[in-house]
Amino acid sequence: MTDAPLSMDATEPNAPPRSQWADVWAQFKAHRGAMWGAAIFISIVVLVVAGPWFYWNDPQLVPTGRDFLTLRDTRPIYTVLWEPDAKVSWLYPLGTDNLGRDTLGRLLIGGRISLAVGTAAMVLSVLLGTLIGVTAGYFRSFDGVLMRLTDLFLALPLLPLLLVAVLLFRDRLSGIFGPEGGTFILIVTLVGITSWMQTARIVRGDVLALKEREFILAARSIGTSPGKMISRHLLPNVMSPIMVSATLGIATAIITESALSFLGFGFPPDFPTWGKLLFDSVDRMELYPERVIWPGLLISLTVLSVNYVGDGLRDALDPRIRGR
Amino acid sequence: MLTYTFRRLIISIPTLLFISLVIYLLLELAPGDPMAQVPLTVPPDVKEKMREALGVGQPIWIAFPKWLYQFFVVEPMYFSDAVFGTSFAEGQQRVISWQSRSPVMDIVIQRLPQTLWVVGVAYVVAIAIALPIGIYSAYRQYSWFDNAGTFITMVGFSVPPFFSGVVVIVVFSVWLGWFPSIYDTTLVVDSWESFKKQLQQMIMPVMVLALQITSQLSRFMRASMLDNLNQDYVRTARAKGLGEKTVVLVHVLRNSLIPVVTVIALGIPAIFGGAIITEQVFKVNGIGQLLITAIQANDLPMVQTLTFIFAVLIVLFNLIADILYGILDPRIRYD
Repeated sequence: MTDAPLSMDATEPNAPPRSQWADVWAQFKAHRGAMWGAAIFISIVVLVVAGPWFYWNDPQLVPTGRDFLTLRDTRPIYTVLWEPDAKVSWLYPLGTDNLGRDTLGRLLIGGRISLAVGTAAMVLSVLLGTLIGVTAGYFRSFDGVLMRLTDLFLALPLLPLLLVAVLLFRDRLSGIFGPEGGTFILIVTLVGITSWMQTARIVRGDVLALKEREFILAARSIGTSPGKMISRHLLPNVMSPIMVSATLGIATAIITESALSFLGFGFPPDFPTWGKLLFDSVDRMELYPERVIWPGLLISLTVLSVNYVGDGLRDALDPRIRGR
Repeated sequence: MLTYTFRRLIISIPTLLFISLVIYLLLELAPGDPMAQVPLTVPPDVKEKMREALGVGQPIWIAFPKWLYQFFVVEPMYFSDAVFGTSFAEGQQRVISWQSRSPVMDIVIQRLPQTLWVVGVAYVVAIAIALPIGIYSAYRQYSWFDNAGTFITMVGFSVPPFFSGVVVIVVFSVWLGWFPSIYDTTLVVDSWESFKKQLQQMIMPVMVLALQITSQLSRFMRASMLDNLNQDYVRTARAKGLGEKTVVLVHVLRNSLIPVVTVIALGIPAIFGGAIITEQVFKVNGIGQLLITAIQANDLPMVQTLTFIFAVLIVLFNLIADILYGILDPRIRYD
C-alpha cells in the first residue's frame, strides 16, 4: 500500500478553483427572499436616481392663477376605476397635492433625499462602529473606556435626545450650510452617532477572537506594525459582520429619518423626503389616502427589501451555513 | 446573586448621574426662550423677573445640583406625603414646568395611565401572539407556516409605526368606520357602553404597537427554539419515550424561554420610546406626546425630567434582564 506512488491525478482538484466571493454569491443566489429584496432595492434606487431626469413634470413647480385651480388635488389615474367622475389627468399619474405640485415627481425627488440620508448615515455609523470596535478589541488599554462609552450610549433614550438635538442645532447649521444642507448634515450626523453601538460590539467581539488565532501570532512574530496588522489581517476578516450591519444600517437610518420628519423635526417645509411627504398628508388622509399610502409604501418596501438583503448576506457570508 | 445585584445597583448610580448631566448639558445649549409665549405688552423688566422666578439663566453648578436635589429628594418626599399622609416636603420647591407652571411630576402622573394602558395591553397581546408563532415555526422549520410567519414578521419589522398606524386609520376608521381615529382620553369607563368605547379606541394603537413587538419577539422565540431542538437532551427525552407534546412544550420550551424572557424585559423601555410615534399618530395624550409638546415649547425642566425617566427605565430594565437571566438559568454564575 505505502510503496505505491501517489498519482498526481488523485491530488489534482477536478474543478477549477473557486474564489470566496463566487461562493458567497452562490449562497446568496439560493436565498430567494434576498434575491427579491436586492431586485426591488436596486429598482427603487434606479427609479429614484434616474427617474427625475426622464419625468416630465417639475416637482417644485407651484402653479398659479387658473392653473392652480385646475391642477390642485388631482387624484391618481387609477381612481377612475371606482370613481368615474374623479379629477384625474394622464399628465399627472399619481395626482397633485393641495398646492398643485406633482406627487410622483415629489416622491422621486424625496426618494433621492431619503436614500442619500440613509446611505450617508449608514456610512458614518459603520465607520464609527468599526473604528471603535477595532480599537477596543485590538488595544487592550482602550477596551474598558470604549466599552463603557458604548454601554452609556446604549442606555441613552435616543429618540427624545435626537428630537432635542435637532431642535438645538437646526438653526445654527442652517445658517452655515443653508436650510437644506444644514438639515442634511445634522440628520446624517445625529443618526450616525446614535447607531454605531451594535457594529462596535460585534466588531470588538470578532477582533478579540481573531487576536488569539495563529496567523495573527505569525504576523506579529515577523514584526508587523499595529497599523498593518489591522488593515491587512484584522479588517478583511471582520468584513462580513460589517457588511451585514451596513446593510441593515441603511434600513434603520431611513426609518429614523422618516420618524424625525413625521414628528415634524426633519427637513424644512417644501423640501420633500418620504417621511415629510407622509407627515404633510396625514391631516387630509380621509380625502386623499393615496398621498399617505405612496410615501409610506415606498419607505416600507425599501426597508423590507434592505432587511431581506441583509438576511441573505448574513447567511451567505457565514461559512458554516454556506454550501448547505 | 445578591452581591451581584447590589454591585450593579451601585454602578448604575454614576451611570444615571452621568446621563442626567449629558441631558442637562445638551438642554443648556437650547436656543429658545420660555418667555417667548408671554404677551409683548409685558414690560421687559417684569419678564426678567419672571425668568428669574423660573430659574432661567442660573449657572450650571447651581441649577444642575438643584434639579438633582428636587428630582431625587423633594419629589419622593412629595410622593410619600401624598401616599402616606406624612409631611416631609413642607415648603420644598418641586420641579416646575415652564409651560404650565405646575409640578412636572403631577403632569407626568396624569399622563402616565394613558401610555401604560396602550403600551401594556399591546405588550401582553404581542407576547401572547408571538410565543405560539415562534414555537410552531421552529418546530416545523421551513414549512409553509414558517415561511409565511417569517415573511409577516419581516414586514412587521420593516413597516414603521407611523405608516402602519396611518394605514389602519385609513382602512378601519375611514373606509369601514369601525373604530374612532382619535383616542379620547377623557372617556370615563363606568358602564358597559363606555367600556366598549374604550376597547374600540384602544384596538388600533394596540394593533400597531403589537405588530412591531410580535415580529421581533416571534423571530427571537423561533431562533431560541431552533437552538434547543437539536440538543442532546431533546434526543434523550424522546428516547426515554416522552410524548412529543411533553418534549416540545415542557423540555424545549422552558429552556428556550430563558433568553426570550430577558429580551421581553429589555424591550420594555424601547416600547416606551416607540410609543412616542404611535401616540402622535392616534393623538393619545400620553407621556410621548407630552415630551413632543414640551420640546416644541422649550419647556426644559419637563424635557429633562421625561428624558431622564426614559433613561432610568432603560438602565433599570437592563438590570432586571440580567438578574432574570441569572435566576432562570442556573448555568449562569455572576459571582
